[in-house]
Amino acid sequence: MYRIEVENLTKKFGTFTAVDHISFQVGEGEIFGFLGANGAGKTTAIKMLCGLLTPTSGRATVAGFDVKTQAKFIKRNIGYMSQRFSLYNDLSIYENMQLYGTIYRIPNKLLKNKIIESLETLGMATHAQKLVGDLPLGWKQKLAFATALLHQPKLVFLDEPTSGVDPIVRREFWRQIYATASTGVTIFVTTHYMDEAEYCGRLSIMAQGQIKVMGTPEDIKKQMGVSSIEEVFGHLVRS
Amino acid sequence: MSAIIVEHISKSYGDNSPALSDVSFDVARGEVFGLVGPDGGGKTTLFNIMTTLLFPDSGKITLLGLDVEKDYLKVRERVGYLPGTFSLYPDLTVEENLHFFAIMHKSSIKENQALILPIWEQLLPFKKRRAGKLSGGMKQKLSLCCALIHRPDILFLDEPTTGVDPVSRREFWDILTNIQTRGITVVVSTPYMDEATRCDRIALMQEGKIITIATPEQIIQNFKGALFRVKTDHIFSLLQVMDTIPSRCRYYPAGDYLHVSFYEEDTEKIPSLWQQFIQQNGLPAHSLNRISPTIEDCFIELIESNLLFK
Repeated sequence: MYRIEVENLTKKFGTFTAVDHISFQVGEGEIFGFLGANGAGKTTAIKMLCGLLTPTSGRATVAGFDVKTQAKFIKRNIGYMSQRFSLYNDLSIYENMQLYGTIYRIPNKLLKNKIIESLETLGMATHAQKLVGDLPLGWKQKLAFATALLHQPKLVFLDEPTSGVDPIVRREFWRQIYATASTGVTIFVTTHYMDEAEYCGRLSIMAQGQIKVMGTPEDIKKQMGVSSIEEVFGHLVRS
Repeated sequence: MSAIIVEHISKSYGDNSPALSDVSFDVARGEVFGLVGPDGGGKTTLFNIMTTLLFPDSGKITLLGLDVEKDYLKVRERVGYLPGTFSLYPDLTVEENLHFFAIMHKSSIKENQALILPIWEQLLPFKKRRAGKLSGGMKQKLSLCCALIHRPDILFLDEPTTGVDPVSRREFWDILTNIQTRGITVVVSTPYMDEATRCDRIALMQEGKIITIATPEQIIQNFKGALFRVKTDHIFSLLQVMDTIPSRCRYYPAGDYLHVSFYEEDTEKIPSLWQQFIQQNGLPAHSLNRISPTIEDCFIELIESNLLFK
């Protein structure tokens, strides 16, 4: 069964079509890259998939739930992390995780164990009481990702998780993505780094509200007769 | 003549480890000078000090012959600053924002329109739109116009292209190059290594210190290891296997290749050593090709070896 199934999903704001009949499926444990220029419609599409925005037409199921009629179940069953808003700077590492876990209604005892387990994997167990605001951005991003996974979602949305992050931390983050995907969790990720596009199992590139190309990075490059995803991107966005 | 002279600048916030310690460098007039480095390296603190928004604990900065502490009001007239976070008025329209910044600097849109024209033309269709409602790329272009409207002699840009797509980033850099040709000195930070190559010189910062200052070409020439790339369909599974084996190399994913940098002196032996290595460990055979490093490879080497020798 697919974790995400999208068919002719469309969103109009007045006369402007932000998302124009997009269709795709994403399977278990897949790393799906969702690329596009600024203003191409990515954010609108993600909002619909997360149940935050009602589509104008078309259909989509996420984690087995319909985006139009079962939005609240989607929210409970997905993980979400973005660069813009991740964690509370004035709370400690532990408090942040406790807050998120509680919002997702994880029973106290289980939550405590999950947090400890998670912090040990991250190598942050001895820093649990540190304020998140005092952490380097790289740590914050890894922590935000682990926090988004506390309630064990089968699918996680990562919206520009490595934006502004340096080359070493970006690579560490992608190792975390791979480790998570290898446990069967589906990863839906957006990025503006074209080297990261190559790390995706499959990817789609949006322009003017439409998915212009979709496939494995290798297939897309062959299909377009170019050697890098950056070139593919340039062709699609300019034309 | 130097546009900027930074001498022994240090800055701490409370009891934390210093944000900047003993930072010194010069920027020549008309230069595009890049500040790159890991997050928390001190880049933004340095920008805030250079633009008079923050005083250093010690040290001195001279901009265009003016002391940034004593002559801060004069300095403000001569510099433009595009901060890392969107800092325009979201409730004012595109046009109102630009007008506001022009007036604040006792200038007018008319006076310096030529300087911003190529960018302003792209914004014109949206001039009645509120700034908060613009897309990310458009916000950055408007911020740039507002930072340039008083025709500063020095333009400071703190990560102007973070979160911006590759095509818009290239356009943004074309604009910066154009600004440079008009004699404006540019100091810019970026997390994108491909952009660092478009600077005349780069300062690599880490933990409040400058590790190296050089031209992009010099930085690439100074790469110490022998760099190879490996083609594999399973980069991350190969990485996992390599993690379990002690080796004398540094390895990391780079797009659809794995980059492997060897410390061996005798680079000719490396391909046969690699063959031996993959056979011994039962890894699928992968081709190994020598390549020249990119700035990103150099960055990874510099940062990691600096951490090792601490």
